[in-house]
Amino acid sequence: MGTRFDIACGRLPETVLDLNFADAHPGLSHEQAALEADRCFYCYDAPCVEACPTGIDIPRFIKAIASDNLAGASRTILQSNILGGSCARVCPTEILCEQKCVHTAIEANHAVRIGALQRFATDWQMNQSAHPFQREESTGRRVAVVGAGPAGLACAHRLAMRGHDVTIFDRHEAPGGLNQYGVAAYKLADNFAQKEIDFLMSIGGIRFQGGAVLGQTLTLAGLRESYHAVFLGIGLSGVRALGFENEGVEGVLDAVAFIETLRSSTLSDVPVGRRVVVIGGGNTAVDAAVQAKCLGAEEVTLVYRRGAEHMSATPVEREWAQTNGVTLRFWASPHHLLTDQGVVQGICFARGASGKGYDPQDSFTLEADMVLKAIGQVFVSDPIQNDQILVENGRIVVDGNGRTSMPGVYAGGDCTAGEDLTVAAVRDGRDAAEAIHAELMVSSAEKDAVNG
Amino acid sequence: MADLRTVFAGIKSPNPFWLASAPPTDKEYNVRRAFQAGWGGVVWKTLGEDPPVVNLSSRYGALGFEGRRLIGLNNIELISDRPLATNIAEIKRVKREFPDRAVIVSLMVPCEEDKWKAILPIVEETGADGIELNFGCPHGMSERNMGAAVGQVPEYVEMVTRWCKQNTRMPVIVKLTPNVTNILMPARAARAGGADAVSLINTIQSVIGVDLDAMAPMPVVGGKGTHGGYCGPAVKPIALRMIGEIARDPTMAGIPISGIGGISNWRDSAEFLAMGAGSLQVCTAAMHYGFRIVEDMIDGLSNWMDGKGYERLEDVTGRAVSQFVPWNQLNMKFRTIADIDQEACVGCGLCHIACEDTSHQAISKRNGPDRRHYEVIEEECVGCNLCAHVCPVDDCITMVPQPFDGELTWPEHPSNPHRITA
Repeated sequence: MGTRFDIACGRLPETVLDLNFADAHPGLSHEQAALEADRCFYCYDAPCVEACPTGIDIPRFIKAIASDNLAGASRTILQSNILGGSCARVCPTEILCEQKCVHTAIEANHAVRIGALQRFATDWQMNQSAHPFQREESTGRRVAVVGAGPAGLACAHRLAMRGHDVTIFDRHEAPGGLNQYGVAAYKLADNFAQKEIDFLMSIGGIRFQGGAVLGQTLTLAGLRESYHAVFLGIGLSGVRALGFENEGVEGVLDAVAFIETLRSSTLSDVPVGRRVVVIGGGNTAVDAAVQAKCLGAEEVTLVYRRGAEHMSATPVEREWAQTNGVTLRFWASPHHLLTDQGVVQGICFARGASGKGYDPQDSFTLEADMVLKAIGQVFVSDPIQNDQILVENGRIVVDGNGRTSMPGVYAGGDCTAGEDLTVAAVRDGRDAAEAIHAELMVSSAEKDAVNG
Repeated sequence: MADLRTVFAGIKSPNPFWLASAPPTDKEYNVRRAFQAGWGGVVWKTLGEDPPVVNLSSRYGALGFEGRRLIGLNNIELISDRPLATNIAEIKRVKREFPDRAVIVSLMVPCEEDKWKAILPIVEETGADGIELNFGCPHGMSERNMGAAVGQVPEYVEMVTRWCKQNTRMPVIVKLTPNVTNILMPARAARAGGADAVSLINTIQSVIGVDLDAMAPMPVVGGKGTHGGYCGPAVKPIALRMIGEIARDPTMAGIPISGIGGISNWRDSAEFLAMGAGSLQVCTAAMHYGFRIVEDMIDGLSNWMDGKGYERLEDVTGRAVSQFVPWNQLNMKFRTIADIDQEACVGCGLCHIACEDTSHQAISKRNGPDRRHYEVIEEECVGCNLCAHVCPVDDCITMVPQPFDGELTWPEHPSNPHRITA
């Protein structure tokens, strides 16, 4: 038997690809939204609000939907979370707002569909011509935002709203970060990430500069000189390796890179194996596995080294993978790769059990044309290693206002500690923007006092 | 199985559920379907003199609340717009075919004795079981000095009732308008005129809503609107009060009352009976869901009566009347205190904010690790019930009666400057 190499593009006709990558959960109709909105009890000090990292006043916006005040509903959402549209689509609401909905105390899994309602309201807003917020009077202050992901975008929007001039730098050609390059396509279907960015930018005062790589084409020290403040929303640019010598063989890819290729290409041009093994237990693993299946892979197996209950992907995500034909296997640790002439042929796993470790004698092999690694992303501090930025436990250290140890430099999102969620990144960016604004206004007032 | 057979002012029906005089009883086709569905009787939509009235396009406006449709219905339809002869022929056919059902004919002609004298024998000839005088229609017809225009003047009520009693052997039911300050005035006038029974309430004058684009009351008819007659579940409390007023009035003692006003299910029916009704008329609920709703009304009322040991309708009719008293007769020593079932509480906070903002600051809030905890501050609770009403969970908040000693009403209360002293 010769070497097997079976990675190909265009496994499915374009019509099927379009169906497979269509909106995973289409938006509510006006009638559906009205019915769902009426289910909300309009709790006082609602637990759902507390469970939202951006603290959206959920009962208020749902009440507004119920009364057909969609401008009010969307404004309520967007003033707390300018990326409320993508959060409505990508948030694991089952472990956030909807988990705390008091309806779940009456009947499990019957929370008010807060995410779907939020999408309904924000979709309405995005179909309006005018931006709901106006910039305050120009302050003449310039702020650099590094990283055009959710944290950076939220920060930039809030700064622009406060009257500052913002430049966003990103290594990619287009803004959006994980929303544009990292999330499964069917979660942000119909080019939503780009539409949302256009909407966000339409407030004015925000300039985007792509192809800008921190540590290469620009430095933090340089930015500090040219701008009154800097916000770092640089995310996690590294991926963990399996640690095998032959990991560089053809067919073994980072799931993050696989998804990025998929998100930036025509679907029929994205290569995928006939048999795909995804290693990992998080949302990236699920996104990679389901999308591989949607591209036309015949067999997709997601292998996680621990049990289902330990996966960082939520049960809803897990079910989504299974519904889409992904086989899940638990308690199996990658042991070695099977390769032939520099091409992956399969991967061998050691079986394990809770509290017992993994037994290499008890192993199984999955044939694979493609192995996608989704075992975690890590913060890479190289671009800022010459700056006075304190990094601890692999993340940038910030205070409650997003301040780093370097004066005038703030950070937020995945590159700082905390939950790696889009909605948490938005909160970080927004709050850092307010802190930057406060600082710039104080220094401006001081300067005025001196000049006066 | 409880006996639901009804004898009301001499009119027999297999159950107390009649369709009120309204669109559902406008013609043979509908009435036939109603009887097939199980309704005990109908009050045929009001007949007038020829030429018949002309109705408009756009006749109803509805009130919804938080996703529920039609908690109130407003109509601007007039009386039957079909020729008298057509109605008469159909009534005759239907009555012959359904002899066990009550067929009552609603009537409205101008306030002239001759007009009433003329129509009564025509109706009598159909074999109908009785007539109901429409003194209630509050829109359109009242502008022509009929309907509520008569019902609002006790002297007219008495006069027309007397004409009818003098000119027919059929039982005369007088349908009362609620658009008066004191329902007892027209009710007593009806009795003075010899009425065999009263029925109430007819619809309430209303503007159901304003079309904010047309800037006109709804329903909008060619850019304008008019007031209509309001009915449906939302009017039930008004009807219960007026029925109770009549039922407990000594001068009205013993008069049969046909209860009307938002009756939608067996429970409403039982409440109307308890407040003094001897038969029940339904319209909006049937207009919302169709005639089949009567099945659960019959079944539910019967099951409830069985559970309570009531064998006949007479066991229920008027049972709550002696407990319906003026405020001054309520015992001021009685007290309840709210009790929150912490197991059932879902932590929505509605009880707290209602009490905190609008009542007596008697429910405390504490954020626990699992959920918010709300507790009654007993010293502050006045037992107003608001928390229990806003709580979305059934039986989560109960009002617990406290021990009390004897009775003290306002007339004897020490704080009453006009108190009765021994």
